[in-house]
Amino acid sequence: MKARTVTRLTRFNMTSLVLGLAFLYLPIVILVIYSFNASRLVTVWGGWSLRWYLEFFSDRAMLEAAWMSLSVAAVSATLATLLGTLAAVGLARGERFRGRALFSGMLYSPLVMPEVISGLSLLLLFVALNAERGFWTVTIAHTTLTMCFVTVVVQSRLATLDRSLEEAAMDLGCDPVRAFLLVTLPLIVPAIVAGWMLAFTLSLDDVVIASFTTGPGSATLPIRIYSEVRLGVKPEINAICTLVIALIAVIIVIASFASKLSSARGESAAPL
Amino acid sequence: MSARRIFARPARLAAIAPYLWMVLFFLVPFGFVLKISLSQTAIAQPPYTPVFDFTAGRAALAAAFAQLSFDNFRLLLQDNLYILSYLRSLVVAVTSTLILLLIGYPIAYGMARLPQRWQGVAMMLVIVPFWTSFLIRIYAWINILQHDGLLNQILLALHIVSAPVVWLSTDSAMYLGIVYSYLPFMILPLYATLSKMDASLLEAAGDLGASPLQAFWLVTFPLSLPGVGAGALLCFIPIVGEFVIPDLLAGSNSLMIGQTLWLEFFTNKDWPVASAAAVALLLLLVPPLVLYDRLQRRQLEAGR
Repeated sequence: MKARTVTRLTRFNMTSLVLGLAFLYLPIVILVIYSFNASRLVTVWGGWSLRWYLEFFSDRAMLEAAWMSLSVAAVSATLATLLGTLAAVGLARGERFRGRALFSGMLYSPLVMPEVISGLSLLLLFVALNAERGFWTVTIAHTTLTMCFVTVVVQSRLATLDRSLEEAAMDLGCDPVRAFLLVTLPLIVPAIVAGWMLAFTLSLDDVVIASFTTGPGSATLPIRIYSEVRLGVKPEINAICTLVIALIAVIIVIASFASKLSSARGESAAPL
Repeated sequence: MSARRIFARPARLAAIAPYLWMVLFFLVPFGFVLKISLSQTAIAQPPYTPVFDFTAGRAALAAAFAQLSFDNFRLLLQDNLYILSYLRSLVVAVTSTLILLLIGYPIAYGMARLPQRWQGVAMMLVIVPFWTSFLIRIYAWINILQHDGLLNQILLALHIVSAPVVWLSTDSAMYLGIVYSYLPFMILPLYATLSKMDASLLEAAGDLGASPLQAFWLVTFPLSLPGVGAGALLCFIPIVGEFVIPDLLAGSNSLMIGQTLWLEFFTNKDWPVASAAAVALLLLLVPPLVLYDRLQRRQLEAGR
C-alpha cells in the first residue's frame, strides 16, 4: 500500500472529511451547550446552569412520557432481538426454502418504508382487531420495525462466520441445535448485543409510528418533544434532548465495544 | 455438505416465528390499508364504513364487491392538493438525493483513502449520528436557524446581513434538514464500495498516463456505481414519504405526500382518503423498493 500520486490522501479528501464531520456534529454540540444556558431566551447566553434539567425532573407529564418510551424501547428491543436473530438464522443457514423471497422482502423493505405507511397500516390492523391502543400496540409496532434491523446486523455476522466450525461440532456428534447453541451462538453474541442496542435507540427515536399506534393518554417522549417543538424552541427541550443524547452515547460505547469483540479482523460487514 | 443440509432444517424452523410475525404485522396491515382505501368515509368511530363483512356469507360479499368505492382514488386524481403534493414529494426526493450524492461522495471518498486504522474511526463517526435521534437532530437545527438563532447572530455580527434572515419555514431549511439527516445513509454504502476498490487499478491508470482526475472519472467512479445506486435508493425511498422534517422545517403552503396523509388522518379524520394516499404512495415506491430489495439480497447473500 505505497502511496502514489493517484491513491494519495489529497488535501481535497481531507477537507471534505473534516467539513463533513463538522456538519454532522456541530448542531448537536451547540444543542448540548445551549441546554446548560441559564437564560430563558434560548438564544441569549446567560451563563452556565442546570436550571432546565431541574425543570424537566419536576415536569410530571414529561417524566411519564420518558418512562413510557424507555419501557417500550426495552420490551420491543428484546422482542425484536429474539425474532430478528431467529430470522437471521433462518436466512443465513436455512438454505433454500419455500417463501424465502417473500420472507427476505418482508424483512428488508421496512428498513426504507416511509414511516407514515407503516404507522397507518398497523393502526388499521389494531383497530380491526379491536385492540386497546397504548403501550402494547406501540411495542408491537416498534418490534416489527426494529427486528428488521436486528436481522440485517446478525445475518451479516452469520454470513462472515466460518461454517466449518459448526460442521466440525456436528462431526463430533452434536445435533444441529446443540452445535448452534455451543458454537455459533457464542460467536454471534456481540452482533446480537449490537442489534439490541440499535433496536432500543430506534424505538426511543420514533415519532411517526408511535403517533399512529398509541392511544389517548399514553404519549411517548418523542411525541411530547415533537408537540412542544412545533410550538417553538424551549430551553427545557434542550435539556431533555441532551439527556437522550447522553443515554444514546452510553449505548453506542457499549455497542461498539461489543462489535469490536465480534470482529476479530477489525472489520464488520454490517452496514449499520 | 450434508452437515449443512442437516443444519438447515432447524434453521428453517427457527424462521417460523419471525415469518408469522412479519405476515401478521407487516403484510396483513397492507390488506387493511387497501380495504379501507376502498371504503366510504363516515362520521363514526372508526370513521369509515367497512366494505367487507366476512361473517355475512358469500352472497353479501359479492354484493359488497359490487359497491367497492374508488371515490377516494378519484378524489386523489381530481383534487389538485394531492397531485401537487405527489409532485412535490418526487421533486424534493430527487433533489435531495442529488445533493446528498454530491456531498456524500467526497466524504466517503476521503474515508476510503484514510490509512486503514483511521477508517474504522471515521466510519464510527459517521454511524453515530444515525443512532442519535432524528427528531433531536432536526430540533438542533431549529435552535440554530430560528429568527434570533445562532446563524443569524453570526451573520449579523460579521455584517454579512443587516437584518435577521428568515431561515425557518423555508424550502432551504427543509433541504438542509433532509441532507443532514440522511447523509450517513448515503455515505455508508458509498464508502463500502469505495473502500473495497483495488488501489492497483488506480496505480495502473496512473502508470498509463492518466491524471488523478481522469483516473477518478474513468476508473473509480464507474466502479463505485453499485454504491451510488444503493445510497441513492436508501435515501430516495424514505425521503419521498418523509413527514417530520418538512413538517418542522418547511413552510406550510405546499405539502409533501407524507404530510397530506398525516393531515387527512389526524386533522380531517378521513381514514379512507389517508389510506388511498398511502396506497398511491406505495405504488410509486414499488419499483425502487424492488430494486433496493434485490441490491440488499445480493449484498447480504454474497458471503454464502
